Amino acid sequence: MYEQIARNKRRSALIFAFFLLLIFFLAAAFGELTGMGTGGLVFAALIAGGLSFLSYWKSDAIVLAISRAKPVTKEEYPFLDNVVEGLAIAAGVPKPRCYVIDDTAPNAFATGRDPAHSVICVTTGLLQKMNRVELEGVVAHEMSHIKNFDVRLQTLAVVMVGIIALLSDWIMRSLWWGGRGRRSSRSGKSGNAGSILLVVGIFFAIFGPIIAHLLRLAVSRRREFLADASAAMLTRYPPGLASALRKIAEDKEPLEAANKATAHLYIVNPLKDLKGAVNRLFSTHPPVEERIAALEKM
Amino acid sequence: MSALLFLLAAVAVLAVWAVAIYNGLIGLRNRCENAWSQVDVQLKRRYDLIPNLVETVKGYAKHEREVFEKVTQARTAAINAANVKDQGLAENQLAGALKSLFAVAEAYPDLKANQNFLMLQEELAGTEGKIAYARQFYNDTVMKFNQKQQIFPSNIIAGMFRFQLREYFELEEPAAKEPVKVQF
Repeated sequence: MYEQIARNKRRSALIFAFFLLLIFFLAAAFGELTGMGTGGLVFAALIAGGLSFLSYWKSDAIVLAISRAKPVTKEEYPFLDNVVEGLAIAAGVPKPRCYVIDDTAPNAFATGRDPAHSVICVTTGLLQKMNRVELEGVVAHEMSHIKNFDVRLQTLAVVMVGIIALLSDWIMRSLWWGGRGRRSSRSGKSGNAGSILLVVGIFFAIFGPIIAHLLRLAVSRRREFLADASAAMLTRYPPGLASALRKIAEDKEPLEAANKATAHLYIVNPLKDLKGAVNRLFSTHPPVEERIAALEKM
Repeated sequence: MSALLFLLAAVAVLAVWAVAIYNGLIGLRNRCENAWSQVDVQLKRRYDLIPNLVETVKGYAKHEREVFEKVTQARTAAINAANVKDQGLAENQLAGALKSLFAVAEAYPDLKANQNFLMLQEELAGTEGKIAYARQFYNDTVMKFNQKQQIFPSNIIAGMFRFQLREYFELEEPAAKEPVKVQF
């Protein structure tokens, strides 16, 4: 348990450091290529610092905004609020804030950088379809992610890998168009633009696998089994979560607000279309049947 | 000279270690206290909810006086209970009385559709869950505290400063462990 927390914190720090360096490097390269000189380095440092700050302190807000989640009060959703507060007491953590996604597909996720700044987010479909023990099971699973610091690692991974993907895309594009522009005006420089593209290509060939590896650090399947087991410890009633998982898995409706980047945050994969080989390769959740079987053995 | 230095270093390391263990024990003891007061907070919340609930039901079902009296009496008994054991028993009676109150409510469709009543019902169910979870957390914390006092080497420090093992919360009466039978 404590080992798990330490490992999660270490991995979060690793992702953070890698992100800071990479952004700095990307921004510096961008400045160099566009001819900003030493001013480019300052610019790079500012961008790297700003983005890192943003993604550490605001990652939960970013994830919630992407998922179109809204904060709710106790008066609006007393059922959810009571269950969340009860399990926060059981886990001995401060009560997370409650958010709701207006979608009939039942699902839930947790986010935040530590237990004191955490959020539990559920869909309206989950609230309609679950009874009290099932909702307690789901919330207990999310509470375990919060207590283990899984949420910090996973949320950082979503936001930082997302920003890197976005930036690399942007740089590639600007290089492409920039190169073409230069080529047409000064034909003598065309070799230069070609070599820049080559360098960028090599750069992403090197960093692509590293980024993929970082994502894999955050989405281990063992993490889900562990959270299920801790949830059973919190509620002392494994059948509740098992029945909730079954209901969520049987629901065929995809969750519209979820995408490939945020899918691994949810309690059950919200994308549903697990047909293709590529999708299975990137599958972030162990099969629900295995999880239910593990819960039933407890 | 070097032997003396070595001895001093060893004593310093031992002292730091002892302080760390002592502080850990104090921290756990305070967490037990805190966990116990959490239970009280939730119990009080439940006592505060009950008069509202009784008033709401009274508005629709005036003739069920007996049930209201039972609930009110059980609530007073639970609030005034002198020790944990009495409180456990009174709590159990209260739970039984509340069950019959909700059974009565079943017969009044207007009441069952009342928004205020539904909210109070949810609130009460939620608070009961929180009481159970607060007790569970108290027991978890007590287990950590007691274990630290018993395992080596922290048991040495615990013995030196006379830390006491804490009692778990449990329902002692065998009758209290059984579900309450409601008869009409």
